[in-house]
Amino acid sequence: MKRVRIGNGCGFWGDNLDAPVRLAETGQLDYLTLEYLAELTMSILAVQKAKDAKAGFATDFIDVLTRLAPTLKAQPRLKIVTNAGGMNPRACAIQAKQVLAAAGLAEKRVAVVSGDDLLPRLDELLANGNPFNHLDTGAPLTAIRDKVVSANAYLGAKPIAEALKLGADIVITGRVADASLTVGPAAHEFGWGFGTTDLDRIAAGTVAGHLIECGAQATGGLWINADDSTHLENVGYPIAEMSEDGTFTISKPAGTGGAVNLETVAEQLLYEVADPARYFTPDVTADFTTVKLSQQSANVVSVTGGTANGITDTYKVSIAYRDGFMSAGTLVIAGPNAAQKARRSGAILLEKLEQAGFTYAHSYVEALGAGDCVPGVVKGEGDPPEVVLRVAVRDPRKAAVERFTKEFAPLVTSGFPGTTGYTVGRPPVREVFAYWPALIAKSAVTPVVEVV
Amino acid sequence: MANVPLSQIAHGRSGDKGNHANVAIIAYTDEGYLWLREHLTAEVVAAYFLPLAAACVVRFEAPNVRAFNFMLYDALAGGASRSLRTDTQGKTLALALLRMVVGVPTKLLSERNHV
Repeated sequence: MKRVRIGNGCGFWGDNLDAPVRLAETGQLDYLTLEYLAELTMSILAVQKAKDAKAGFATDFIDVLTRLAPTLKAQPRLKIVTNAGGMNPRACAIQAKQVLAAAGLAEKRVAVVSGDDLLPRLDELLANGNPFNHLDTGAPLTAIRDKVVSANAYLGAKPIAEALKLGADIVITGRVADASLTVGPAAHEFGWGFGTTDLDRIAAGTVAGHLIECGAQATGGLWINADDSTHLENVGYPIAEMSEDGTFTISKPAGTGGAVNLETVAEQLLYEVADPARYFTPDVTADFTTVKLSQQSANVVSVTGGTANGITDTYKVSIAYRDGFMSAGTLVIAGPNAAQKARRSGAILLEKLEQAGFTYAHSYVEALGAGDCVPGVVKGEGDPPEVVLRVAVRDPRKAAVERFTKEFAPLVTSGFPGTTGYTVGRPPVREVFAYWPALIAKSAVTPVVEVV
Repeated sequence: MANVPLSQIAHGRSGDKGNHANVAIIAYTDEGYLWLREHLTAEVVAAYFLPLAAACVVRFEAPNVRAFNFMLYDALAGGASRSLRTDTQGKTLALALLRMVVGVPTKLLSERNHV
């Protein structure tokens, strides 16, 4: 039976830069997927694009592609599918072409999947009866329309499969559902249909894509029982080897660290899932409760089942809007009584700001090391030798948040004994982009595929 | 009966969905799954995480992997974009729940039955 090996070498923008090359060199892959876009990455990229028409994509990909060039030469059939395009997939593709040409790979065909960016059409779509109501609260988008910086539909695997059918060696997308980066190549290779045909196979492909989309989280990263013997310093990234019938294995390259077992795969199966019987993607609503896992051999888990639970006629839309400014800074407070001193220091810091005329819409003090990571739930035991004091504020006024960043250093001399750790200077102020999830009818969105 | 952390009979992982957190708890054994089904109810989990001020807690079942997936709605104080907490994405919530001390029959405290 025909098998297709799809490996994911990047789980988010910021993931290990060497992983894609190592995975491609040793994974015997047909496809390398690279996933860069967290929920709010698009808003940051949208702001970058507004300042520079050639920006707005995950620039790490260009670095990774440069270093992948020798591998692409050695493995001429290896294809890459990535959402590195972010808010500007065409600009990303143009830079990718330049990198490829410089490496003697000008013959590589690069395709772009776009059509996800709804911001230019937002008012037209609103006027045509798409309210973009907040998925959780039901509030209409008009409440924050003037603050919106990005609005992207999560496209599915169909345009990726179409790009591959056009002979693309590298597919660069904007916002697509993470799992679709895997479903696209599988559907192309096996001729799976979209819409209502082959839905169970698309669902199985979605399970595979979901399992590998976060990179090493399927192969030992975050595993509850990871220890020194897991060798996470050499963790291998995940490979889904798909068969035409939708069954697949999860594995990692030989000789790497990490672990692929029933625990690592089960933990990742439910990661960031709400109702496991209804995992919504643009391609299918997948039922994860029909998935069966079995350990086939060391570091190889066989995955069967995974069925469709229908398909929606909507795309999810990820909208980001400006929502003020925030900053967070830290100091280290040594004991005795470290936790008590830290909490009081945080209160003093905020009191001094209040004396200066600044109160904040939101402020928060943590004594990290004394149980504040899950506040009130995990109780610290005993008197820790030191804790990290962390104070954070959020407010609509940028100047007020900037003033906050200047109130940490004074505590080094005017605070409690044992106050230290003011080593990185004033903390940065960042603009807050709040998240507004919504839905839109699939009929209102047209995915675009082009070879550049 | 033995009073032990939940981590003696289960493992798990947690993450975020906007301002909601999901906490998956996975039993090591079939017997452990049956115990969780009876004792690790949405009410028990909601009470344990009460300081997080979640709007509600819903339990979903995935018996195929001996798991219960708890959704803690509006538990992340604004979520990844807005929360002032260190753990904006609820990544430590599974570890926190696995620390919960539970009274379980000693026969459940066998080794993890396969990895």
